[in-house]
Amino acid sequence: MTSDPSDRAVVADSLGVAIAVGTYGVSFGAIATASGLSVLQACVLSLLVFTGGSQFAYIGVIAAGGNPVTGAVTATLLGSRNMFYGITLAPLLRLTKRQKWLAAHVVIDESTAMAVTRDTTRHARLGFFWTGIGVFVLWNLFTLIGALAGEALGDPRTYGLDAAVGAAFLGLLWPRLTTPSARLVALVGAAVAAGLVPFTAAGMPIVLGGAAAVLIGLLLRTSREEAA
Amino acid sequence: MTAVWWGIVLTVVGCYGFKIAGLSVPERVLVHPFTVRISELIPLGLLGALVAAQVLAAGDRLVLDARVPALAVAAFLLWRRVPFLLMVTAAAATAALLRLLT
Repeated sequence: MTSDPSDRAVVADSLGVAIAVGTYGVSFGAIATASGLSVLQACVLSLLVFTGGSQFAYIGVIAAGGNPVTGAVTATLLGSRNMFYGITLAPLLRLTKRQKWLAAHVVIDESTAMAVTRDTTRHARLGFFWTGIGVFVLWNLFTLIGALAGEALGDPRTYGLDAAVGAAFLGLLWPRLTTPSARLVALVGAAVAAGLVPFTAAGMPIVLGGAAAVLIGLLLRTSREEAA
Repeated sequence: MTAVWWGIVLTVVGCYGFKIAGLSVPERVLVHPFTVRISELIPLGLLGALVAAQVLAAGDRLVLDARVPALAVAAFLLWRRVPFLLMVTAAAATAALLRLLT
Protein backbone atom coordinates (compact mmCIF):
# COMPACT_ATOMS: atom_id res chain seq x y z
CA MET A 1 0.00 0.00 0.00
CA THR A 2 1.29 3.48 -0.79
CA SER A 3 0.96 6.70 1.16
CA ASP A 4 0.06 8.93 -1.81
CA PRO A 5 -3.59 9.98 -1.26
CA SER A 6 -4.48 9.80 -4.97
CA ASP A 7 -3.06 6.25 -5.10
CA ARG A 8 -5.08 5.32 -2.07
CA ALA A 9 -8.28 6.65 -3.67
CA VAL A 10 -7.72 4.43 -6.73
CA VAL A 11 -7.06 1.39 -4.53
CA ALA A 12 -10.14 2.08 -2.39
CA ASP A 13 -12.39 2.41 -5.48
CA SER A 14 -10.94 -0.80 -6.89
CA LEU A 15 -11.53 -2.76 -3.70
CA GLY A 16 -15.12 -1.47 -3.55
CA VAL A 17 -15.75 -2.83 -7.05
CA ALA A 18 -13.94 -6.07 -6.21
CA ILE A 19 -16.17 -6.69 -3.20
CA ALA A 20 -19.40 -5.86 -5.07
CA VAL A 21 -18.52 -8.08 -8.04
CA GLY A 22 -16.57 -10.84 -6.29
CA THR A 23 -19.37 -11.72 -3.89
CA TYR A 24 -21.79 -12.60 -6.65
CA GLY A 25 -19.51 -15.52 -7.38
CA VAL A 26 -21.78 -17.15 -4.79
CA SER A 27 -24.64 -17.15 -7.32
CA PHE A 28 -22.36 -18.62 -9.98
CA GLY A 29 -21.20 -21.41 -7.68
CA ALA A 30 -24.72 -22.27 -6.52
CA ILE A 31 -26.17 -22.26 -10.03
CA ALA A 32 -23.24 -24.29 -11.42
CA THR A 33 -23.70 -27.18 -9.02
CA ALA A 34 -27.49 -26.91 -9.32
CA SER A 35 -27.01 -27.28 -13.11
CA GLY A 36 -25.27 -30.60 -12.58
CA LEU A 37 -21.60 -29.58 -12.44
CA SER A 38 -19.39 -30.85 -9.62
CA VAL A 39 -17.94 -28.47 -7.03
CA LEU A 40 -14.53 -29.01 -8.61
CA GLN A 41 -15.82 -28.14 -12.10
CA ALA A 42 -17.46 -24.94 -10.78
CA CYS A 43 -14.20 -23.92 -9.08
CA VAL A 44 -12.04 -24.75 -12.11
CA LEU A 45 -14.28 -22.55 -14.28
CA SER A 46 -13.87 -19.62 -11.91
CA LEU A 47 -10.11 -20.19 -11.50
CA LEU A 48 -9.19 -20.73 -15.14
CA VAL A 49 -11.93 -19.15 -17.30
CA PHE A 50 -12.45 -16.19 -14.97
CA THR A 51 -14.85 -14.09 -17.00
CA GLY A 52 -18.33 -14.16 -15.49
CA GLY A 53 -20.49 -13.90 -18.60
CA SER A 54 -18.72 -16.83 -20.28
CA GLN A 55 -18.91 -18.96 -17.16
CA PHE A 56 -22.66 -18.36 -16.83
CA ALA A 57 -23.09 -19.05 -20.57
CA TYR A 58 -21.30 -22.39 -20.28
CA ILE A 59 -23.38 -23.64 -17.37
CA GLY A 60 -26.53 -22.21 -19.01
CA VAL A 61 -26.04 -24.44 -22.06
CA ILE A 62 -25.15 -27.45 -19.90
CA ALA A 63 -28.23 -26.90 -17.71
CA ALA A 64 -30.42 -26.78 -20.82
CA GLY A 65 -29.08 -30.21 -21.77
CA GLY A 66 -26.89 -28.84 -24.54
CA ASN A 67 -23.66 -30.25 -25.93
CA PRO A 68 -20.57 -29.09 -23.95
CA VAL A 69 -18.89 -28.06 -27.23
CA THR A 70 -21.86 -25.76 -27.98
CA GLY A 71 -21.43 -24.41 -24.45
CA ALA A 72 -17.73 -23.78 -25.03
CA VAL A 73 -18.40 -22.00 -28.34
CA THR A 74 -21.03 -19.74 -26.74
CA ALA A 75 -18.75 -19.00 -23.77
CA THR A 76 -15.74 -18.27 -25.97
CA LEU A 77 -17.70 -15.95 -28.28
CA LEU A 78 -18.95 -14.05 -25.26
CA GLY A 79 -15.35 -13.80 -24.04
CA SER A 80 -14.21 -12.22 -27.30
CA ARG A 81 -14.90 -8.74 -25.91
CA ASN A 82 -11.96 -9.21 -23.53
CA MET A 83 -9.67 -9.03 -26.57
CA PHE A 84 -10.87 -5.52 -27.28
CA TYR A 85 -10.36 -4.58 -23.64
CA GLY A 86 -6.78 -5.83 -23.98
CA ILE A 87 -6.20 -3.66 -27.04
CA THR A 88 -7.35 -0.61 -25.09
CA LEU A 89 -5.35 -1.57 -22.01
CA ALA A 90 -2.00 -2.41 -23.65
CA PRO A 91 -0.83 1.19 -24.26
CA LEU A 92 -2.16 2.31 -20.86
CA LEU A 93 -0.51 -0.37 -18.74
CA ARG A 94 2.76 -0.73 -20.73
CA LEU A 95 3.51 -4.22 -19.45
CA THR A 96 6.59 -6.34 -20.13
CA LYS A 97 6.15 -9.58 -22.04
CA ARG A 98 6.28 -11.64 -18.88
CA GLN A 99 3.79 -9.41 -17.02
CA LYS A 100 1.35 -9.75 -19.93
CA TRP A 101 0.90 -13.50 -19.49
CA LEU A 102 -0.28 -12.99 -15.92
CA ALA A 103 -2.16 -9.72 -16.49
CA ALA A 104 -4.15 -11.26 -19.38
CA HIS A 105 -5.92 -13.59 -16.96
CA VAL A 106 -7.50 -10.66 -15.08
CA VAL A 107 -8.58 -8.70 -18.21
CA ILE A 108 -12.33 -8.51 -17.45
CA ASP A 109 -15.12 -5.91 -17.61
CA GLU A 110 -14.42 -4.45 -14.18
CA SER A 111 -10.61 -4.30 -14.20
CA THR A 112 -10.79 -2.60 -17.60
CA ALA A 113 -13.37 -0.09 -16.42
CA MET A 114 -11.25 0.80 -13.38
CA ALA A 115 -8.10 1.30 -15.52
CA VAL A 116 -9.26 3.18 -18.62
CA THR A 117 -10.56 6.17 -16.64
CA ARG A 118 -7.09 6.96 -15.18
CA ASP A 119 -4.77 9.65 -16.50
CA THR A 120 -1.42 8.05 -15.65
CA THR A 121 0.11 4.64 -16.24
CA ARG A 122 0.70 4.37 -12.50
CA HIS A 123 -2.98 4.88 -11.65
CA ALA A 124 -4.16 2.73 -14.55
CA ARG A 125 -1.98 -0.13 -13.29
CA LEU A 126 -3.16 0.33 -9.72
CA GLY A 127 -6.82 0.32 -10.81
CA PHE A 128 -6.34 -2.65 -13.12
CA PHE A 129 -4.42 -4.93 -10.76
CA TRP A 130 -6.23 -4.11 -7.50
CA THR A 131 -9.60 -4.59 -9.21
CA GLY A 132 -8.55 -7.63 -11.27
CA ILE A 133 -6.79 -9.50 -8.48
CA GLY A 134 -9.37 -8.40 -5.89
CA VAL A 135 -12.24 -9.74 -8.01
CA PHE A 136 -10.23 -12.91 -8.74
CA VAL A 137 -9.67 -13.74 -5.06
CA LEU A 138 -13.24 -13.01 -3.96
CA TRP A 139 -14.91 -14.49 -7.05
CA ASN A 140 -13.12 -17.79 -6.47
CA LEU A 141 -13.74 -17.82 -2.73
CA PHE A 142 -17.45 -17.13 -3.21
CA THR A 143 -17.72 -19.64 -6.07
CA LEU A 144 -16.55 -22.33 -3.66
CA ILE A 145 -19.02 -21.21 -0.97
CA GLY A 146 -21.89 -21.09 -3.49
CA ALA A 147 -20.95 -24.44 -5.04
CA LEU A 148 -20.96 -26.19 -1.66
CA ALA A 149 -24.27 -24.53 -0.74
CA GLY A 150 -25.83 -25.38 -4.12
CA GLU A 151 -24.87 -29.01 -3.74
CA ALA A 152 -26.44 -29.17 -0.29
CA LEU A 153 -29.70 -27.56 -1.46
CA GLY A 154 -31.08 -30.33 -3.66
CA ASP A 155 -33.60 -29.48 -6.42
CA PRO A 156 -32.55 -26.04 -7.71
CA ARG A 157 -36.08 -25.21 -8.89
CA THR A 158 -37.41 -25.18 -5.34
CA TYR A 159 -35.18 -22.19 -4.63
CA GLY A 160 -35.78 -20.49 -7.97
CA LEU A 161 -32.14 -20.94 -8.98
CA ASP A 162 -33.20 -21.56 -12.60
CA ALA A 163 -34.86 -18.13 -12.58
CA ALA A 164 -31.69 -16.64 -11.06
CA VAL A 165 -29.69 -17.61 -14.17
CA GLY A 166 -32.05 -15.65 -16.45
CA ALA A 167 -31.81 -12.69 -14.08
CA ALA A 168 -28.00 -12.93 -14.10
CA PHE A 169 -27.91 -12.82 -17.93
CA LEU A 170 -30.29 -9.85 -17.92
CA GLY A 171 -28.03 -8.14 -15.38
CA LEU A 172 -25.01 -8.60 -17.65
CA LEU A 173 -27.00 -7.38 -20.66
CA TRP A 174 -28.65 -4.37 -19.00
CA PRO A 175 -25.73 -1.88 -19.01
CA ARG A 176 -25.25 -2.53 -22.75
CA LEU A 177 -28.83 -1.58 -23.72
CA THR A 178 -27.98 2.09 -24.08
CA THR A 179 -29.24 2.75 -27.63
CA PRO A 180 -32.43 1.76 -29.53
CA SER A 181 -30.38 -0.33 -31.98
CA ALA A 182 -28.66 -2.14 -29.08
CA ARG A 183 -32.06 -2.98 -27.61
CA LEU A 184 -33.30 -4.18 -30.99
CA VAL A 185 -30.26 -6.44 -31.51
CA ALA A 186 -30.72 -8.02 -28.05
CA LEU A 187 -34.43 -8.49 -28.75
CA VAL A 188 -33.73 -10.20 -32.09
CA GLY A 189 -31.31 -12.55 -30.30
CA ALA A 190 -33.99 -13.37 -27.73
CA ALA A 191 -36.79 -13.83 -30.27
CA VAL A 192 -34.80 -16.04 -32.64
CA ALA A 193 -33.51 -18.16 -29.75
CA ALA A 194 -37.02 -18.61 -28.33
CA GLY A 195 -38.40 -19.46 -31.78
CA LEU A 196 -35.78 -22.14 -32.35
CA VAL A 197 -36.17 -23.90 -28.99
CA PRO A 198 -38.73 -26.47 -30.29
CA PHE A 199 -36.79 -27.20 -33.48
CA THR A 200 -33.07 -27.48 -32.62
CA ALA A 201 -30.86 -29.34 -30.17
CA ALA A 202 -30.46 -27.69 -26.75
CA GLY A 203 -27.85 -24.93 -26.81
CA MET A 204 -28.15 -24.30 -30.54
CA PRO A 205 -30.91 -21.65 -30.17
CA ILE A 206 -28.41 -19.55 -28.21
CA VAL A 207 -25.65 -19.71 -30.82
CA LEU A 208 -28.06 -19.23 -33.75
CA GLY A 209 -30.02 -16.47 -31.99
CA GLY A 210 -26.77 -14.65 -31.25
CA ALA A 211 -25.61 -15.06 -34.85
CA ALA A 212 -28.92 -13.76 -36.26
CA ALA A 213 -28.73 -10.75 -33.94
CA VAL A 214 -25.18 -9.91 -35.04
CA LEU A 215 -26.29 -10.15 -38.68
CA ILE A 216 -29.25 -7.81 -38.07
CA GLY A 217 -26.95 -5.42 -36.22
CA LEU A 218 -24.57 -5.29 -39.19
CA LEU A 219 -27.45 -4.72 -41.63
CA LEU A 220 -28.84 -1.92 -39.43
CA ARG A 221 -25.49 -0.15 -39.55
CA THR A 222 -25.19 -0.58 -43.31
CA SER A 223 -28.67 0.75 -44.06
CA ARG A 224 -28.06 3.72 -41.79
CA GLU A 225 -24.81 4.51 -43.57
CA GLU A 226 -26.61 4.34 -46.91
CA ALA A 227 -29.33 6.66 -45.63
CA ALA A 228 -26.77 9.17 -44.36
CA MET B 1 -19.22 -36.01 -17.16
CA THR B 2 -16.01 -36.28 -19.19
CA ALA B 3 -17.63 -34.26 -21.99
CA VAL B 4 -18.31 -31.45 -19.50
CA TRP B 5 -14.59 -31.42 -18.65
CA TRP B 6 -13.63 -31.21 -22.34
CA GLY B 7 -16.03 -28.29 -22.72
CA ILE B 8 -14.33 -26.60 -19.77
CA VAL B 9 -10.89 -27.13 -21.35
CA LEU B 10 -12.09 -25.58 -24.64
CA THR B 11 -13.65 -22.65 -22.78
CA VAL B 12 -10.46 -22.02 -20.79
CA VAL B 13 -8.31 -22.06 -23.94
CA GLY B 14 -10.74 -19.89 -25.92
CA CYS B 15 -11.29 -17.26 -23.25
CA TYR B 16 -7.61 -16.95 -22.29
CA GLY B 17 -6.70 -16.88 -25.98
CA PHE B 18 -8.83 -13.78 -26.56
CA LYS B 19 -7.45 -12.10 -23.43
CA ILE B 20 -3.78 -12.63 -24.29
CA ALA B 21 -4.34 -11.75 -27.96
CA GLY B 22 -5.71 -8.33 -27.00
CA LEU B 23 -2.69 -7.48 -24.87
CA SER B 24 -0.08 -8.93 -27.25
CA VAL B 25 -1.06 -8.56 -30.89
CA PRO B 26 -0.31 -5.19 -32.52
CA GLU B 27 -3.38 -2.98 -32.57
CA ARG B 28 -3.51 -2.57 -36.36
CA VAL B 29 -3.90 -6.34 -36.84
CA LEU B 30 -7.06 -6.52 -34.74
CA VAL B 31 -8.70 -3.14 -34.99
CA HIS B 32 -10.84 -2.79 -38.05
CA PRO B 33 -14.23 -1.01 -37.99
CA PHE B 34 -15.89 -4.29 -38.94
CA THR B 35 -14.33 -6.35 -36.10
CA VAL B 36 -15.04 -3.58 -33.59
CA ARG B 37 -18.68 -3.48 -34.67
CA ILE B 38 -19.02 -7.26 -34.39
CA SER B 39 -17.40 -7.23 -30.95
CA GLU B 40 -20.08 -4.82 -29.75
CA LEU B 41 -22.87 -6.91 -31.25
CA ILE B 42 -21.83 -10.36 -29.98
CA PRO B 43 -22.55 -9.78 -26.27
CA LEU B 44 -25.87 -8.09 -27.13
CA GLY B 45 -27.10 -10.94 -29.34
CA LEU B 46 -25.78 -13.79 -27.20
CA LEU B 47 -26.97 -12.39 -23.86
CA GLY B 48 -30.40 -11.67 -25.37
CA ALA B 49 -30.56 -15.27 -26.63
CA LEU B 50 -29.33 -16.61 -23.28
CA VAL B 51 -32.04 -14.71 -21.36
CA ALA B 52 -34.78 -16.07 -23.65
CA ALA B 53 -33.51 -19.66 -23.62
CA GLN B 54 -33.03 -19.62 -19.87
CA VAL B 55 -36.45 -18.19 -19.07
CA LEU B 56 -38.69 -19.78 -21.72
CA ALA B 57 -37.23 -23.18 -22.57
CA ALA B 58 -38.04 -26.45 -20.81
CA GLY B 59 -36.14 -29.04 -22.81
CA ASP B 60 -37.37 -28.57 -26.38
CA ARG B 61 -40.64 -26.87 -25.37
CA LEU B 62 -41.48 -23.23 -24.70
CA VAL B 63 -43.28 -22.72 -21.39
CA LEU B 64 -44.47 -19.74 -19.38
CA ASP B 65 -43.86 -20.48 -15.70
CA ALA B 66 -42.57 -18.80 -12.53
CA ARG B 67 -39.36 -17.79 -14.32
CA VAL B 68 -41.21 -15.13 -16.34
CA PRO B 69 -42.49 -13.06 -13.39
CA ALA B 70 -39.06 -13.56 -11.78
CA LEU B 71 -37.45 -11.97 -14.84
CA ALA B 72 -39.92 -9.08 -14.65
CA VAL B 73 -38.87 -8.50 -11.03
CA ALA B 74 -35.22 -8.58 -12.11
CA ALA B 75 -35.87 -6.03 -14.87
CA PHE B 76 -37.67 -3.73 -12.44
CA LEU B 77 -34.80 -3.94 -9.93
CA LEU B 78 -32.17 -3.33 -12.62
CA TRP B 79 -34.13 -0.27 -13.68
CA ARG B 80 -34.06 0.84 -10.00
CA ARG B 81 -30.27 0.25 -10.03
CA VAL B 82 -30.34 -2.37 -7.29
CA PRO B 83 -26.98 -4.21 -6.82
CA PHE B 84 -26.48 -7.36 -8.89
CA LEU B 85 -26.49 -9.93 -6.08
CA LEU B 86 -29.65 -8.51 -4.52
CA MET B 87 -31.39 -8.43 -7.92
CA VAL B 88 -30.50 -12.08 -8.67
CA THR B 89 -31.59 -13.17 -5.17
CA ALA B 90 -34.92 -11.35 -5.49
CA ALA B 91 -35.57 -13.03 -8.85
CA ALA B 92 -34.85 -16.46 -7.36
CA ALA B 93 -37.06 -15.71 -4.34
CA THR B 94 -39.92 -14.62 -6.62
CA ALA B 95 -39.83 -17.90 -8.55
CA ALA B 96 -39.44 -19.97 -5.38
CA LEU B 97 -42.38 -18.23 -3.71
CA LEU B 98 -44.65 -18.59 -6.74
CA ARG B 99 -43.88 -22.30 -6.93
CA LEU B 100 -44.59 -22.70 -3.23
CA LEU B 101 -47.99 -21.01 -3.63
CA THR B 102 -49.15 -22.79 -6.78
